Amino acid sequence: MDFQVVVLAGGNSKNLAPLVSKDVPKPLLPVANRPVLYYVLHQLGQSNLKDLIVVVEGEDAALLVGSWISKTFVDGLHVEIAAVPEDIGTAGALRAISRHLTAKDILVVSGDLVSDVPPGAVAATHRRHDAAVTTMLCSVPVSGSLESGSSGGKDKTRKPGQYNIIGLDPCKQFLLHIATGAEIEKDSRLQKHILHAVGQMEIRSDLMDAHMYAFKRSVLQEVLDQKDTFQSLKQDVVPYLVRSQLKSEALLNEISQAEENGNEKLSSLNNQVLVSQILANASTPGFHEIYSMELDGSAQTRKTHKCCAYIASSSSYCVRLNSIQAFMDINRDVTGEGDHLFSDTSSDRDNIIGPSPKLGTKTTVGPHCMLGEGSEMGDKCQVKRSVIGRHCRIGSHVKIVNSVVMNHVTIDDGCIIQGSVICSNVQLQERVVLKDCLVGAGFVVTMGNEYKGETLARKEK
Amino acid sequence: MGAQKKGATARVSEDSEVVAHHPLQAILLADSFTTKFRPITLERPRVLLPLVNIPMIDYTLAWLESAGVEEVFVFCCAHSKQVIGYLGSSEWSSKPDFSVTTIEANDSISAGDALRLIYERQVIDGDFVLISGDTVSNMSLTQALEEHKERRKRDANAIMTMVVQQSKPSPITQQSRLGTDELFMAINPDTKQLLYYEDKAEYSKGFISLDKTLIADNPSIILHNDKQDCYIDICSEEVLSLFTDNFDYQHLRRHFVKGLLVDDIMGYKIFTHEIHSSYAARIDNFRSYDTISKDIIQRWTYPFVPDILCGSSAIKLERQGIYRASDVTLSRSAQVGSFTVIGQGTTIGNNTKISHSVIGEGCSIGSNVTIEGSYIWNDVTIEDGCKLSHAIVCDGVTMKLGAVLEPGVVLSFKVVVGEQFVVPAYSMVSLIQQPTQQDSDEELEYADNSSGIVEVPSDKLNGEISSDLSNTQYGPTPELGTGGVGYIWSIFEGGHDEEWRHSVAPIPTDKLAKIMLDKDEDEELLTQGGNALVEELKSDSEDDDNEGSRDDYASFEKEVEATFLRAVHENVKVDHAVLEMNGLRLSYNIAAVDCAAAIFYSMMKLAVESSHSSASELHRNAVEVITTWQKLLKSFLHDIDEEIEVILKFEEICLESAKEFSPLFPQILHLLYDKEILQEDAILRWADEKEGADESDKVFLKRSEKFIQWLREAEEEEED
Repeated sequence: MDFQVVVLAGGNSKNLAPLVSKDVPKPLLPVANRPVLYYVLHQLGQSNLKDLIVVVEGEDAALLVGSWISKTFVDGLHVEIAAVPEDIGTAGALRAISRHLTAKDILVVSGDLVSDVPPGAVAATHRRHDAAVTTMLCSVPVSGSLESGSSGGKDKTRKPGQYNIIGLDPCKQFLLHIATGAEIEKDSRLQKHILHAVGQMEIRSDLMDAHMYAFKRSVLQEVLDQKDTFQSLKQDVVPYLVRSQLKSEALLNEISQAEENGNEKLSSLNNQVLVSQILANASTPGFHEIYSMELDGSAQTRKTHKCCAYIASSSSYCVRLNSIQAFMDINRDVTGEGDHLFSDTSSDRDNIIGPSPKLGTKTTVGPHCMLGEGSEMGDKCQVKRSVIGRHCRIGSHVKIVNSVVMNHVTIDDGCIIQGSVICSNVQLQERVVLKDCLVGAGFVVTMGNEYKGETLARKEK
Repeated sequence: MGAQKKGATARVSEDSEVVAHHPLQAILLADSFTTKFRPITLERPRVLLPLVNIPMIDYTLAWLESAGVEEVFVFCCAHSKQVIGYLGSSEWSSKPDFSVTTIEANDSISAGDALRLIYERQVIDGDFVLISGDTVSNMSLTQALEEHKERRKRDANAIMTMVVQQSKPSPITQQSRLGTDELFMAINPDTKQLLYYEDKAEYSKGFISLDKTLIADNPSIILHNDKQDCYIDICSEEVLSLFTDNFDYQHLRRHFVKGLLVDDIMGYKIFTHEIHSSYAARIDNFRSYDTISKDIIQRWTYPFVPDILCGSSAIKLERQGIYRASDVTLSRSAQVGSFTVIGQGTTIGNNTKISHSVIGEGCSIGSNVTIEGSYIWNDVTIEDGCKLSHAIVCDGVTMKLGAVLEPGVVLSFKVVVGEQFVVPAYSMVSLIQQPTQQDSDEELEYADNSSGIVEVPSDKLNGEISSDLSNTQYGPTPELGTGGVGYIWSIFEGGHDEEWRHSVAPIPTDKLAKIMLDKDEDEELLTQGGNALVEELKSDSEDDDNEGSRDDYASFEKEVEATFLRAVHENVKVDHAVLEMNGLRLSYNIAAVDCAAAIFYSMMKLAVESSHSSASELHRNAVEVITTWQKLLKSFLHDIDEEIEVILKFEEICLESAKEFSPLFPQILHLLYDKEILQEDAILRWADEKEGADESDKVFLKRSEKFIQWLREAEEEEED
């Protein structure tokens, strides 16, 4: 497929402090003992999309990610790593690597997406409609519902930021309106002229923009060139394309003529228009065609471009790792009911235990748990719904519930850990009790301390 | 009516289970409370106008009967005598299972008034169908009623079910085939609840704003631009009491529906019922008259079609949709084209061509006449060689030799068109002179025609005009050529380039092309506007927020000013002005404080714009305006913050729009204090707030220092 994939892997995300640090940039944050980036790359590989550019914020992070990728995906994927400055936004990142984009269509995926929606299906939808942009939409994840109670409270505060207002045509193929983030705070404004052309629009607030977009490269590059204030794909570029879908001459016409290789491109564009018209005439013409043909006979024809939507089925899994809560949810889901994401373990048991675990007597590891390779546990421990990384040393009488423990963590006897995240190289001394805490990498919790709902981290530099 | 009865009784029995316990009632409004059918409606009410040779109200009543309604209350207002007279003499007064009761009122000016009156009479005791007497339908009410009742059982707040229908407006003119303006509705696809309703859309506004709570409450909303309101409503009794409670509701849609949706009164909800295969449409203007006539002729409204409705008078359907009464005298050489109706006793001369038209009873049409797409009512005389295209010709009109009607002409009753005279396109011609005081303002639309004032001449008309004619008191009006009688109404301002929209004539193609170009340009602006908006959003998202409200506020301010000026010029009572302002405020969703500021602004503007030569005269103007309208201003000032806002606004006025006021600032401030519009607390707090401001900002504070000083001292004294 003539598709190039850009994975926006991010860098040092502030949302995720203290989990993310200099040593562990966001793309390498372990989810069920694998860097989160693995899930996206794996899905792309499954869909046979193998020409990738992974964009990382910050040179150091890029080096780390690069070395991890070259270790992990030795064959199969053709990956380039590109480092971009921090905080230039998603549109800025694409602008920075714009000259590397050569394929006809570009698939842009966020590196923090953990999903089982095949990217190939999004790409195919994009191609089928010859769209300028195709957005993947999925149901708003109902986090915490798998486990009533424990994390329910936090979700509510998180939700408002998550939901999007999305307008679809009656066949749910085309995207007619999209509003995200700040725009939602006020009353929605829906453009009438699009509504005039379509007749009816379904407005959904239960869908989420999953940040997987397929763009026509020419369109994407023109928008990025022209609108140099656009910073975010989600908030600027996509809404702009959606808004101007029935009025796109400003984009497609003038610019491509201005380009040096304009002639060639124009003719190919025209060809496509013809083909798409023939295809469209075979079935009933869509509103884009009707709208653009209305003017037949008079001065000019209108230029339109299509904005499509790929709506993931409600049973598919699709969550972005963009908050601590999401991190917890994903860890739980991946080991729990989303375990098909974790493709290469053939284990059909409920829990996933690495190759060489050393469990003490009377230690129980409950369902939906994961125990990494080389970790050891003492006697009479209890692990429930938790992920434990590699090479951890866990003493006796330790209780770990609903938590994530990363690699090389030492937990001494009698600790109780609930709903917490323990980063790598942390040391918990005897009888530490943690509830809903975040412990940053390398932190040492001294004997007998109890914490509730706190963030514990070493002061960074 | 024999044939129709069979169908009707069959349906009644079908529906009888539903209505077994309770007779189904209907309110039929025999007055449209609009002026769209002028000048015809000056002489005859809309519901009695013939639609394919049968009065409109007959279609409505016949449908109500067939749909299982047992009791109909016909509300008559304009020309009530004619409606009552007609119903009394018609068969409707003597049906066994179908009672038609008339309710007469001459002082109602809107549907709201009508419903309030009906509420007072206490005749409605259950769910009822609310319909206007100009509706043609053949839908079955059974399902809609069941849905309504079912919902009522579950939710007592579901008080109304509105019938809607698929109908996509033309992409070019943005009007439906019935000539009504485009309509935007938001409906919850699962519950069918109506969430948003906007007709009379301002075109300049390129977007629709949906309240965020709507979106939050409904995960899925379908926004429709492709539906048409059939104006058939199934209501519960509460609807009537709501009209009584909210005495300012006039219009069924613009006030009642919007009021329920926007103000969320008592949580009442409106639902929709969509019909797919049956027919329902309301004759709202000349274009829908044309469209619906064609639908009837083409039998979309079956069983309500001429040959069945007329029953005994034996009008026969022939090939190609030609309906011909039994005793038509048709010349051999006359050509009657498809989809044409010719009524009883009409004679048609040689070589006359008629197509797509309706010709009433007792007409005499000469030779070599061409009639195309026109509606000719009863007893019309058309002499040789006339040409008519897309015109409406009322009873008793005479067209002399070779007269020509261009598309869109309406000839009201008994008009005479002179020989060879060409009536220009879209003319309205009547024997009655155009009322001089023209209100193109739609707000007055309903306040105007139906009230008794206009009716007076029309009642006399029938008797007197004929004698007037012989007296030639009207004289050979030059307006309509030699021998012509009647006045051509001038089209009042504003409506001029819109007349084609609601005319019987199809929209000319050059017009379409022009609109299309205009629209493209508009859209260009709109999209650009949209972009600019986003750019702004980028730089500062809050700024954008203000932008929207600023726009709103600017237009609100204009409205307030216009309303205020009208109140001044027409000597509207202060109380009424307060009501009106409040209405405006609600419709723009503006806070009382901004409203007060806007009113104050218009007052000051009025003072400045009244003639004055010196500052003292200006002062006098201001005093006068403020004294007269103090109550209006006062009613929007509820607390100190709002009063401070007015002072700030005043400063702004002095600085920007009307610098003449700046020397008068302290005097007027004092005046406002004297009139108890501003309390001293407000003034003092304003002064305190300003204390910390920039020097440049303190200009007015300094000017009014003395006054404030005085206030402070007064206060201290009081405290002592």
